[in-house]
Amino acid sequence: MDVSTQNMDNKPFPGEVHPTAGGGILVTKLDEVINWARSNSLWPLVFGTSCCAIEMMSTAGAKYDWSRFGFEVARATPRQADVIIIAGTIVNKMAPVLKRLYDQMADPKYVIAMGACATSGGPFFYNTYSVVKGADHVIPVDVYVAGCPPRPEALLHALMTLQEKIRRGAS
Amino acid sequence: MIEEVGTTEQGDLVINVGPQHPSTHGVLHLVITLNGETIKKVEPHLGYIHRSIEKMCESLSYRQFIYVTSRMDYLSSHINNHGCALCVEKGMQIEVPARASVIRVLMDELTRLASHQLWWGAMAMDVGALTPFFHAFREREAINDIMEETCGARLTMNYMVPGGVMADIHPDFQKRVKEFIRFFRTKIDEYDELVTGNIIFKSRMEGVGYLSPESAVSYGCTGPTARGSGVSCDIRKLYPYEVYGQLNFEEVTVSGGDCFARYKVRMQEMRQSISIIEQLIDNIPEGEFLAKTKAVLKLPKGEFYSRVETARGEFGVYIISEGGTTPYRIKFRSPGFSNLSALDLMARGHKIGDLVAIMGTLDLVIPDIDR
Amino acid sequence: MNKEELKVRIEELFPSSVFEEGTEWTTVVIDPAGWEGFARGLRGAEGLELDYLFCVTAIDWKTHFTMVYHLTSTVCRHTVVVKVKLDHDRPVIRTVSDIWRTAEFHEREAFDLFGVVFTDHPDLRRLFMTDEWKGWPLRKDYEDPVNMIKL
Repeated sequence: MDVSTQNMDNKPFPGEVHPTAGGGILVTKLDEVINWARSNSLWPLVFGTSCCAIEMMSTAGAKYDWSRFGFEVARATPRQADVIIIAGTIVNKMAPVLKRLYDQMADPKYVIAMGACATSGGPFFYNTYSVVKGADHVIPVDVYVAGCPPRPEALLHALMTLQEKIRRGAS
Repeated sequence: MIEEVGTTEQGDLVINVGPQHPSTHGVLHLVITLNGETIKKVEPHLGYIHRSIEKMCESLSYRQFIYVTSRMDYLSSHINNHGCALCVEKGMQIEVPARASVIRVLMDELTRLASHQLWWGAMAMDVGALTPFFHAFREREAINDIMEETCGARLTMNYMVPGGVMADIHPDFQKRVKEFIRFFRTKIDEYDELVTGNIIFKSRMEGVGYLSPESAVSYGCTGPTARGSGVSCDIRKLYPYEVYGQLNFEEVTVSGGDCFARYKVRMQEMRQSISIIEQLIDNIPEGEFLAKTKAVLKLPKGEFYSRVETARGEFGVYIISEGGTTPYRIKFRSPGFSNLSALDLMARGHKIGDLVAIMGTLDLVIPDIDR
Repeated sequence: MNKEELKVRIEELFPSSVFEEGTEWTTVVIDPAGWEGFARGLRGAEGLELDYLFCVTAIDWKTHFTMVYHLTSTVCRHTVVVKVKLDHDRPVIRTVSDIWRTAEFHEREAFDLFGVVFTDHPDLRRLFMTDEWKGWPLRKDYEDPVNMIKL
């Protein structure tokens, strides 16, 4: 398969291309299968600090079920989790804890910043001395969800976007 | 997450529970000293969600600061907003119209039901039963839908303003609430069948976490935590506000002092809330839903304190004003802060599994404690 | 007891009390020196029995500090507010955590956010902020250009 057709914008690939030994087709097909499997069984870590955690629990409930997407098994330990949904505000005292949890997770791992507080500090942006203005100051974030708190459908949309991102090959 | 394991001279073990832990209901860090598996001392470390709300409110106007309290105890967000609105109205001597008063009480009681439902589901999940969690959330979704129709949001409904409520109730509100009450009356009996009579549940809760009435008062506990020890402290009965003085409901106290007594208090409170809603839902008076106030509110110089009964206990708002458009100092007296200080007393001599049951009956919401 | 009777009773027990006028509840203003005796009297005296401390607030008035204690009685159902004026450079007051156990956490919070020192407190250290935090955040002259973004 030609590299330029793999490229989404169909622009000619800059620089030189060296074909891989063994042909590109087998490895990319295998990659696609692996990515499909990964995206359909992401296990979230139980991590909720404040109000968004309640909407996360609602998403886990029976009406906006997230286990249809494979997210059912919410793990309490970061060693067995794939995705960390930062639901709530991160403050200065909690930031090292979050960093340590992220470091303890095994690759490939993904991060969803849920709600206005985790995206940018939210309603606590001005005149607060203890709030980290956005969880991406601490760990790299893949998907941001807006809302205070976001509706369960918004969180499901974020999960589906993350699945799309994984299937496209970014890990 | 176990961070450090250390030993003291007597061979005790010191371990961490939290801040990231499924049963701490938020980010509570407990350092427990164990002798074998028996707890000798519990020390809560707070501050993992301290968002400096009191400092922030010193730069917000009197209309703006009310909505930050929604995020404090987010399960009784209406009731928190109500407390703040009452304090501002006390300071500015605003008279709330009768229709707004009744709507506020209806919203408060629906919020109390929703909060107790979530407490019941989370408590059962902590003790080991997973099914009640889904039952509780199914009922909660019905209340969230009713709130969303009128207030526009499901969790942090910014609906109470000084002078009344922000918008009139939806035309379908009464019909939907009546339908919900009819549906929920059968469900609450189902809750009792599922969990309350269960022998495993009872043996985990009875005799665990005793709190005597004198300790409850000395530690400043309010709400179902104190009422489970027989202390009568319901603000709706002692210092009635809005239309609570004219309603016919009972204050639920159970003299047992253990976890099961606190559990029974909340189950009975749910039934009392249903009865309050039934008394009011057909008698919403006509009229205005918002009193006329100036656009920019300025409280006169002085201090004002108002208190409401949230699902967790007494929530107090203490405003000290110097006559400007922003408060000089605001103090929020949160119920969880005092309830948590009694945890050490209740947990000594028990096992770690009992600690989880005790925390479940205290119904802690950590952002409420940390502010 | 209502507000007038409370005023009379408190004056009987502590003749040097100063009362504030125009407030919702009986408000007494005292000096930190006599605080321990006053608190024990409020807790134990017959007719007062203020056994429930429900709110402890610290206020920074730029020239001095004020500690405000809201007390009520579960037996007699009356409320008293006590205000204690403290020095701005050295705010020191005796703890009441042995009289009302709830004060333990409340006083730690006042220490953490304002720097008020409570003598004889069993465990006075920071509650919300990290142990290494410098400064007293809720004071009016607190500046934090790194963390605070002013509107």
